[in-house]
Amino acid sequence: MDPGRVFSSGRVFYGLMSGSARESGVERMTNLQSIRSPAAHAERSQEADHPSSQVALFGADQPLKLDCGVDLSPFQIAYQTYGELNADHSNAILICHALTLDQHVANVHPITGKPGWWENMVGPNLPFDTKSYFIICANVIGGCMGSTGPASTNPATGKVWGLDFPVVTIPDMVRAQAMLLDRLGIATLFCVIGGSMGGMQALQWTAAYPERVFSALAIACSTRHSAQNIAFHELGRQAVMADPEWHNGRYADEGTRPHRGLAVARMAAHITYLSDAALHRKFGRRMQDRELPTFSFDADFQVESYLRYQGSSFVERFDANSYLYLTRAMDYFDIAADHDGVLAQAFRGIKTRFCVVSFTSDWLFPTSESRALVHALNASSARVSFAEIETDRGHDAFLLDVPEFYDIARAFLQSAGKARGLSKAGD
Amino acid sequence: MAVQQALPLGDVATETPRAYRGDHLLVAKMIERGSKVLDVGCGDGDLLQLLESRGIDGRGIELSREGVNRCVAKGLAVVQGDADTDLVNYPDDAFDYVILSQTLQATRQPKAVLENLLRIGRRAIVTFPNFGFWRMRLQLLVGGHMPRTENLPATWYDTPNIHFCTIKDFVQLCDEIHVKMERAVALDSYGRPLRLNLPWWFWNMFGEQGVFLLSRGK
Repeated sequence: MDPGRVFSSGRVFYGLMSGSARESGVERMTNLQSIRSPAAHAERSQEADHPSSQVALFGADQPLKLDCGVDLSPFQIAYQTYGELNADHSNAILICHALTLDQHVANVHPITGKPGWWENMVGPNLPFDTKSYFIICANVIGGCMGSTGPASTNPATGKVWGLDFPVVTIPDMVRAQAMLLDRLGIATLFCVIGGSMGGMQALQWTAAYPERVFSALAIACSTRHSAQNIAFHELGRQAVMADPEWHNGRYADEGTRPHRGLAVARMAAHITYLSDAALHRKFGRRMQDRELPTFSFDADFQVESYLRYQGSSFVERFDANSYLYLTRAMDYFDIAADHDGVLAQAFRGIKTRFCVVSFTSDWLFPTSESRALVHALNASSARVSFAEIETDRGHDAFLLDVPEFYDIARAFLQSAGKARGLSKAGD
Repeated sequence: MAVQQALPLGDVATETPRAYRGDHLLVAKMIERGSKVLDVGCGDGDLLQLLESRGIDGRGIELSREGVNRCVAKGLAVVQGDADTDLVNYPDDAFDYVILSQTLQATRQPKAVLENLLRIGRRAIVTFPNFGFWRMRLQLLVGGHMPRTENLPATWYDTPNIHFCTIKDFVQLCDEIHVKMERAVALDSYGRPLRLNLPWWFWNMFGEQGVFLLSRGK
């Protein structure tokens, strides 16, 4: 055992609690493997401005009107598409991504080299069948994978936006997506799909542009962020901001990165994506590469090692300021608040076909949240399907291999496709 | 609900090649094309599928998660919910018809449920097993035990059916809450309608289930 490692991992939490000034390099969180990989960071900076995705540029004549009152201009949206748009443009599906995901749904990720995050759902003959549908996924405004966000370069200053970037909301993200669809010549979406923060966007789509959304699949999400979820996000943000290398958000100018803070934020958040049962099944109290406890603060337990890995791999691909902005956007989200506090008001007379899915062990967006949405949709006489799927895999279940979810997603789209008069490609 | 599966009845009609249940076909015949319908306790969605095949806009509520997920996997608009607690979330006049098929006896508050049906729907269709059926009576009278039949096989201690009633009881309840009975049919053990001109007491004795089309009274 390396005593230096014990010391270093202990410091992380000291730093977090005291918000202490920058310490010597010794305190680096060396237990988080490969925490510094300059190549990856350079690549990520590159992706923020010049993504390896398609890009829609919006000039001074088309500003994005943000909820905070700012007109963001110019701005850009990076997006991926899969499948082909049919002649009457009626088969377009918009997938909205979750907090720390991006537009790389079903292709190799340009930074991590890993497969797309929904490769099990999007592709030929998969539930979101690229033989039948034209699938679009855009990086959200405020993100760090090519759509304008705090990691992008501010054209007015030539410097990275950082905290000068205006605060964005879920409705802002959706407004930007609507502008992208206008650009692509898509008047109505066949379906808008999303899980978690993506589900919030999907619901915002139906509330803001009901006539543009034929159907909506909202997974593991809510129409508002709960107090507990805001609390977890605040924890994550404080972890980032307590990192001395954050430099009040100006770390790009200082040539540093708040790795430790962001890694801690990710570790805390990751726990909320799982469940007690899943953690127990995966790790129990098993030790990591050792028989006995080391009587130190090293990662003795497998679960610790796993979390540290999650933290360190996350900082490779994500921008700390972007994390602050996107968590904030989720916190502000509350559809009912925009409709005199009555959720059903948001969906009055809506023709969109809804499918709402929740997972039994999801404690971040529990079934009760989905049920409240369904009640509001019922009160609006909307056509809605609602399934709660039994799994012990927690919030992350929507990204995992859950066959019952596949069947439901597939059947919902097929039934909606029939109502829309879509014929399968090749028919 | 499990209750629904407990009544596999033969076809009353042969108009469709698919083996739909007799009571389902009867219910479907009562509803005009293009109507908006809510099926409360829709089970595996068999009735909803029949309705959709006839151009009826059907929605469902089902208590069991498995039932709901099977329905949704068939592309049906079904939500998980409880007739006793979730009907209050629907607005007045939301549907043309609300169906309660073989579910009334499993609700905690049948009267409140019935009132809700006719609040959300302009009309309600209620089907239920008749506890006055002669075989039920015979088992209690001669056997001295709680009746169990092929169609209602659960024992008294594990049955979800907590509010059994007879056709006569149901008619009384309708009178009490001023519900108008537009149509009433009793089905025999094979799901065939009994002759219309028979007296109530005969239906109450020989009908295995009752099917009622109801609307709001004055």
